[in-house]
Amino acid sequence: MNWQPSANLPMLRARAALLDSIREFFAARHVLEVETPLLCSAGVTDPAIEPLIVERGSSLHSPHYLQTSPEYAMKRLLAAGSGPIYQLTKAFRDGEAGVRHNPEFTLLEWYRPDHDYHQLMREVAELVCSCLGEKPVQYITYRDLFLAELGLDPLTASLANLRLRAQQELDLGSLDGDKDLWLDLLMSHLIEPRLAARGLCFVYDYPASQAALSSIVEKDGQLLGQRFELYVDGLELANGYSELTDSAEQRRRFQEDNTRRRDTGLDEKPMDERLLAALEAGMPQCSGVALGFDRLLMLLTGSEDIRQVLAFDWARI
Amino acid sequence: MANYSTNELRSGIKVMLDGEPCSILDNEFVKPGKGQAFNRVKLRNLNSGRVWERTFKSGESLEGADVMDRTMEYLYNDGEFWYFMEPDTFEQYQADEKAVGDTYLWLKEQERCEVTLYNDSPLSVAPPNFVELEITETDPGLKGDTAQGGSKPATLSTGAVVKVPLFLSQGEIIRVDTRTGEYQGRASKS
Repeated sequence: MNWQPSANLPMLRARAALLDSIREFFAARHVLEVETPLLCSAGVTDPAIEPLIVERGSSLHSPHYLQTSPEYAMKRLLAAGSGPIYQLTKAFRDGEAGVRHNPEFTLLEWYRPDHDYHQLMREVAELVCSCLGEKPVQYITYRDLFLAELGLDPLTASLANLRLRAQQELDLGSLDGDKDLWLDLLMSHLIEPRLAARGLCFVYDYPASQAALSSIVEKDGQLLGQRFELYVDGLELANGYSELTDSAEQRRRFQEDNTRRRDTGLDEKPMDERLLAALEAGMPQCSGVALGFDRLLMLLTGSEDIRQVLAFDWARI
Repeated sequence: MANYSTNELRSGIKVMLDGEPCSILDNEFVKPGKGQAFNRVKLRNLNSGRVWERTFKSGESLEGADVMDRTMEYLYNDGEFWYFMEPDTFEQYQADEKAVGDTYLWLKEQERCEVTLYNDSPLSVAPPNFVELEITETDPGLKGDTAQGGSKPATLSTGAVVKVPLFLSQGEIIRVDTRTGEYQGRASKS
């Protein structure tokens, strides 16, 4: 029986110091630290994210979900007038394990009322540079990144063209799917490795089909999600939005997610009615971001495997 | 055979892919935070030896291959086939030239080796890491030359040719690392 930790002692100290410096960063900016429950009665509808489910217990009247992010609860605090808030918390995603993933991981998530996503990107850059030291920072739209790296326009290219490009460079067998699958494949397999030597690279303005929970706007005749992703030295570190605040639109997206879940053979998930009620009551215009704390620690310590930065990885629990 | 989900694929697991038995070498989970999860799987085709990487959607399943590694005793070669025996059951298997490849250079009768069976017939044969073989042909030894460097080719009983120090002569038994084909030392006289 291997009882020993996966991280060594210097790593545990680096982890504690990084938690401290993040708390100092937000204390200096008067952002309130909050804690929200890990268990939720409604799961996430996103077809690309599977929650873990807690089935039994005399305190449970129904199966509950371990949170995949604290987003819904934090938005309810914002609607209740919390002002700027942040949280360092555990999140859980079923089936996600590898050198950059652990099914249980630590997220830093924060929300800024009255900030748009461009202001928030700058604050993310300040936080990351305060932890890792100064690094070059680049801002590029999703469209310009695809054009620069692959010579393809992700907004107008046909599914057939995206697939052809992927098949030219990779062995994909019988892999198939919708346009977003091909965009995800090109992004993760061909573009991401090319960001390795670039420091901080913010990618923003995603196709509306990948807007997730961001507000969608029309620019030059194209619908774009006001969403950004941060890559640091090629490692995907954070995902943020100018948040969707419209309750009816949020309900429609939950329903669309569930339709896609059903079409791909996944079970549908209950919608978070409390979140919808909070949006109905009114959530301030705001931006929010979730940042992988374990990955930030990997970058800080030069670790290639997430298991090196966890006290006990998934195989040791 | 059992099926494996992409999430269960680990180094050493054998699967069927495009009708060929393959061994998993590496499996990398790739997932954009908000998008489709993939597994980039590195495989070796056990028939051709070719190594390559293929991407799957996470959660897809692959058929397991009826491939097993067994420790067997090498018996003899009849000019066409090499014969191996399972020590527990005394069951014998014949391996053809394709399965044995260059491994015949390190096969010594009664030695144990790893035989990979596919659908119950030998697909490949791996020798032990070290074997002891007799020198059947080399230039005459130079007595007392043990300190001096330099080497000469020596032909072994199996036909393998290895570089040995000048002082060794025909009839001596030497120990060879089969992974590199390098001389390791004189075998202790029995």
